[in-house]
Amino acid sequence: MPKNPEIKKVLVIGSGPIIIGQAAEFDYAGTQACRSLKEEGIEVVLLNSNPATIMTDKDIADRVYIEPLTVEVVEQLILKEKPDSVLPTLGGQAGLNLAMELDERGFFAEHNVRLIGTTSETIKKAEDRLEFKSTMEKIGEPVAASLVVENVADGVAFTNTIGYPVVLRPAYTLGGSGGGIARNEEELVEILENGLRLSRVGQVLVERCIAGWKEIEYEVMRDSAGNCITVCNMENIDPVGVHTGDSIVVAPSQTLGDKEYQMLRTSALNIISELNITGGCNVQYALHPESFEYCVIEVNPRVSRSSALASKATGYPIAKVAAKIALGYTLDEIPNAITGKTYASFEPMLDYCVVKIPRLPFDKFISAKRTLTTQMKATGEVMSICSNFEGALMKAIRSLEQHVDSLMSYDFTELTREDLLEQLAVVDDRRIWVIAEAIRREISYEEIHEITKIDIWFIDKIAVLVEMEQQLQTNELTAELLREAKRLEFPDHVIAGLTGMTAEEVKAKRKEQGILAAYKMVDTCAAEFAAATPYYYSVYGGENEAVQTRDRKKVLVLGSGPIRIGQGIEFDFCSVHCTWAFSQEGYETIIVNNNPETVSTDFDIADKLYFEPLTPEDVENIVDIEQPDGAVVQFGGQTAIKLTEALIRMGVKILGTSAENVDAAEDRELFDEILEQCRIPRPQGHTVFTAEEAKKAAGELGYPVLVRPSYVLGGQGMQIAISDQDIDEFIGIINRIAQEHPILVDKYLQGKEIEVDAVCDGEDILIPGIMEHIERAGIHSGDSISVYPAQTISDTAKATIEDYTRKLAKSLHVIGMINIQFIVCKEDVYVIEVNPRSSRTVPYISKVTGIPIVPLATKVILGHKIKELGYKPGLQPEADYIAIKMPVFSFEKIRGADISLGPEMKSTGECLGIAKTFNEALYKAFLGAGVNLPRHKNMIMTVKDEDKQDAVEIARRFEALGYKIYATRSTARVLKEHGVNAIRTNKIEQSSPNLMDLILGHKIDLVIDTPSQGVEKAKDGFIIRRNAIETGVNVLTSLDTATALVTSLENTDLNRLTLIDIARIAGR
Amino acid sequence: MNRKGTTGERMKAFLILEDGTVFTGTSIGSSREIISEIVFNTSMTGYLEVLTDPSYAGQAVCMTYPLIGNYGICHADQESLRPWPDGYIVRELSRIPSNFRSEDSIQNFLVQYDIPGIAGIDTRALTKILREKGTMNGMITTNENFALDEIIPKLKAYTTGKVVERVTCKAKKVLKGKGSKVALMDFGAKNNIARSLHERGCQVTIYPALTSAEEILREQPDGIMLSNGPGDPKECASIIEEIKKLYESNIPIFAICLGHQLMALATGADTKKMKYGHRGGNHPVKDLENGRVYISSQNHGYMVDTATLDPNVAVPAFENVNDKTNEGLKYIGKNIFTVQFHPEACPGPQDSSYLFDRFLKMMEVTE
Repeated sequence: MPKNPEIKKVLVIGSGPIIIGQAAEFDYAGTQACRSLKEEGIEVVLLNSNPATIMTDKDIADRVYIEPLTVEVVEQLILKEKPDSVLPTLGGQAGLNLAMELDERGFFAEHNVRLIGTTSETIKKAEDRLEFKSTMEKIGEPVAASLVVENVADGVAFTNTIGYPVVLRPAYTLGGSGGGIARNEEELVEILENGLRLSRVGQVLVERCIAGWKEIEYEVMRDSAGNCITVCNMENIDPVGVHTGDSIVVAPSQTLGDKEYQMLRTSALNIISELNITGGCNVQYALHPESFEYCVIEVNPRVSRSSALASKATGYPIAKVAAKIALGYTLDEIPNAITGKTYASFEPMLDYCVVKIPRLPFDKFISAKRTLTTQMKATGEVMSICSNFEGALMKAIRSLEQHVDSLMSYDFTELTREDLLEQLAVVDDRRIWVIAEAIRREISYEEIHEITKIDIWFIDKIAVLVEMEQQLQTNELTAELLREAKRLEFPDHVIAGLTGMTAEEVKAKRKEQGILAAYKMVDTCAAEFAAATPYYYSVYGGENEAVQTRDRKKVLVLGSGPIRIGQGIEFDFCSVHCTWAFSQEGYETIIVNNNPETVSTDFDIADKLYFEPLTPEDVENIVDIEQPDGAVVQFGGQTAIKLTEALIRMGVKILGTSAENVDAAEDRELFDEILEQCRIPRPQGHTVFTAEEAKKAAGELGYPVLVRPSYVLGGQGMQIAISDQDIDEFIGIINRIAQEHPILVDKYLQGKEIEVDAVCDGEDILIPGIMEHIERAGIHSGDSISVYPAQTISDTAKATIEDYTRKLAKSLHVIGMINIQFIVCKEDVYVIEVNPRSSRTVPYISKVTGIPIVPLATKVILGHKIKELGYKPGLQPEADYIAIKMPVFSFEKIRGADISLGPEMKSTGECLGIAKTFNEALYKAFLGAGVNLPRHKNMIMTVKDEDKQDAVEIARRFEALGYKIYATRSTARVLKEHGVNAIRTNKIEQSSPNLMDLILGHKIDLVIDTPSQGVEKAKDGFIIRRNAIETGVNVLTSLDTATALVTSLENTDLNRLTLIDIARIAGR
Repeated sequence: MNRKGTTGERMKAFLILEDGTVFTGTSIGSSREIISEIVFNTSMTGYLEVLTDPSYAGQAVCMTYPLIGNYGICHADQESLRPWPDGYIVRELSRIPSNFRSEDSIQNFLVQYDIPGIAGIDTRALTKILREKGTMNGMITTNENFALDEIIPKLKAYTTGKVVERVTCKAKKVLKGKGSKVALMDFGAKNNIARSLHERGCQVTIYPALTSAEEILREQPDGIMLSNGPGDPKECASIIEEIKKLYESNIPIFAICLGHQLMALATGADTKKMKYGHRGGNHPVKDLENGRVYISSQNHGYMVDTATLDPNVAVPAFENVNDKTNEGLKYIGKNIFTVQFHPEACPGPQDSSYLFDRFLKMMEVTE
């Protein structure tokens, strides 16, 4: 069936800010789908509140609205843009929920807008627990015994009939928010209460626990003619009980015979047919490990994290095909872009093995529980491809960038056998390392399986790797052994460590024996047809397929690896735009990256894609084959920057700012020299290695001081110390990981924090705009609300900032991007940080100023001058809009994480508020971040002594808005003294009713709690903040944020928002 | 469970192709030397079903999926009593099987039936050669002192010959049932053809390939099923003669794979050898009547040449979405339909099993 000619203008809804459970995969899917629609001549209107995405580029859609994802905004947008259709299946759960709500209101019908991709009946059948269950029963597909409950009593009664344990799944939440396994009534009541509140419809599914069964997923596609296919199946190594987003996943399934594989495949096709889905769908199964019994766990009638993974694992572009199906095409009419010979109605066949490992944020949240449950905690993931499972696992491990490179990276040798067996039962992110240790201790496969329920096949594969470690330790390193170790993807330096050689010696021996990495193609068809798309992965022992190209100049673009807190989707945005800019300049482009969720790893972004770990050895193997003319590292975040030295050693030219100058910005002494030459002040500071030196430095500077390691991203390990005791504690934390570089101790200045991104061509600079942070210095820039253009600093200060930026960029010989953070105290401007690379704010500032900084920087790197590119150097005139970037957090997902903001970054994503006035922009930004006030108009304030005076004004303003303010003793006293009618409440250790009762009573909209300094996990504040977050209450830990929020609330009478088309903000 | 060493000493083996390419790997199964036609199969699961599919008689099969043997051997999944390929070519055999139904390891199974094989070679490189140059003959040997100049002429001269007679059953066999009576001509039938009919209530009588049409018609079956099987259909001259008589009988006929090719030859059309065939579980076939596309299980190296069809006799009913080759025929004025792919699956997708229902309905209507 050809395209439906009635579809001409489509509204695509994105997924909003990156949060745990809804991440970059939707930018990948959305971008691919928008390109697919535009290819068909469709006018695309895009709505997404996330400015860091590629899908919100004017190159991707015709009309771009970076506005809050609310029903009102969509309604208004439909009235304004009059699309004939809405495609809701690309924006994850957020987009789907929004579409459902509008459909239920009858808005679409009223305005003659059709839902394409899937109907609301389908969404309901798949998403509504009750309808889903009855649909499955109708077609004879088994589901675990379950009941949807709307209150706790029903949940308890039902569980008593099916027995503990039970799994709880709230309806319409993402990433399994608020779900969990209850083993007894107490746990049941706790999780159920929480889940009922988090569910959009107040429903929670109570279900027979099938923990320990194999978890298998199928990605299926169906068109309007009823043709359906399976794109891929995947097996979770972690059995049912761990969220699939937190599981190690392998594709295709490894331990299923054809009978099991086809049984589930047929079931998945029956389900997608019965649900009448047109597009992509994910079906999750629990398969009994010792019978053919299975249960359907869940169906997602949309693109998802799993579909992104399946697309990258197979080369089959699910989102692209789903978009074409939404337009009316059938699968047999859509060509397979990889082969050019086959069609989308064919099932990919893999001739390799894919492993995905989640990137968990426990390095950021050191107080958090590492336990993995049905509540997803991962911020990102890595994928690797190899012709054997062991190799794929080894590659994925080193792609994580978490100081792990083998199964020896976590040390459990200290544990006794008993402790080890106990540790095996702990389901956390280190489990495969624990299994490796168990194998070293000769604990039997059966016993490991009995405890972990992980299939023996996987345990044996871990054993293969452990045996190789032992052979390398004990045997002579023959060519044969080395060949086998490389086949299993042991990195040279790990082999070196085990054999007592150096990595260089291992490499030399390898080369001498001709043991070299070869590259194979991901071609969707196991080599049955010739493929046209150079999408490669490496193996040892085989023919090299990478095509030797020498006709054009070649550039290597290093990606940014897995999404983690501090290094998010922004760097993928930069990598992709840099790639496109190189391409425009006539270069052949090569991307190396290992993140399956991103746009950069889509097979048609660069001329060649290498899906590989980003370590020096892996990159060198690619360099050996490709011989690029240069590499760019300034767009791939710290991951790429860290490779600079290695690239130089390989003889690869670093394009743009030279490595020495990158070092100069990071090396305290060199940097101080430059500042002195330029006469730019910075807060006083020292470099130290030990706690003693740090305390001495702090004594000289005077507390408070900032303590942080150098060469980190996202302020990792950075803390404000107010005492010697703090210094001891922080240095201890920093030194848990061996530091190659010194620790920095700086005087902490409280002032306005200002940030600029600039492009420098060696002579001139271009500053698109100055951004000002609402929170005072001391809160990480990534966690601050950022306002463009800066509102409260003087023109003199702005001129100084421009001047300093120019001086610094020139002194550091920056060619390309530079990011500088300043502190402004009245008219004094201090530099606090310089990063001679692209930053997190680049996508945001590009979009709101209309200046395409990344392409400009890329052209500058290639030798063009800012002047010849049509820009007047210097600070650009301010835009007509106020644009506010609001950080978004995922604290509710990470049990035990301290949510108080400080110099270490904690946000997972961001959203934008853009408007003609500051107040409207701020209101939009809070709305986009999901701060939806008021409901009950009750709030709690408990602030530290230093903040008490400032708190009065805020309290007064909230009171004027009708809020009832609860406060603990001393805060209440100060507020009352100043005429605020605060209600004194007991602290949590005091008798009920106390603060905790208020929070758990669900009558509180907001908690303002400014924590006293120091790590204070055991203190009240921590417990209050955690409980508030876990019960869905908004918590602010900075009075600056609170002031901004109250300002925004005072302006909520803006009953109509003005929607701004970003695509129309022309470059000036 | 005992652990086995990763790099235990295994005998070297060589795969020598008629174009002179030599792959070096390790020997699996028997260390016997064989010459055979080398083909590849892209299925990711179902290695036991592939091994026991009689259509692989006279061929050595390379599995493109690199990890084979993961779930061991479950005899109930066999498509016939024994493995048929002359040789077996894999990237890696799992050193342990893991599945609740597993009764044996694939290593033992190959040894037990004296099937030689080679592991540890770049199966993707081999597949690409076969794709580019077409199916060719090859030798698997453990003899390190082979002489290419002696071997290559031998490889070039090798032909598969008549294989149907090797794989067909020796005597008639009946699966009792209360429904329609089906005569199944066993040219190397996969078990699931009989099972699919029997499960639907049919009484299935399985006949050796060389049974005469008279003998079959004498039993007055309600329908005749022509099975899959190995080799070049044109080698089956005498069988084709019998099929001509079956065609004339007006009894409903359903044919799969080799059966489909034989019916075409029996009615005057021609078949030809494909460059490298279709072997796998992912081929889309389009039902030309309603435009629906099904993913099918396939295993064939020959095809019906549609240019030679007499439109008064037969018209295409299915075609391959990828390369537009013929995947099925409908015979004009007859209750006969034939398909090139495998609705009985095993291994592979079960999407086209509805064709057995169509056959059943056809038999009911004709009664």
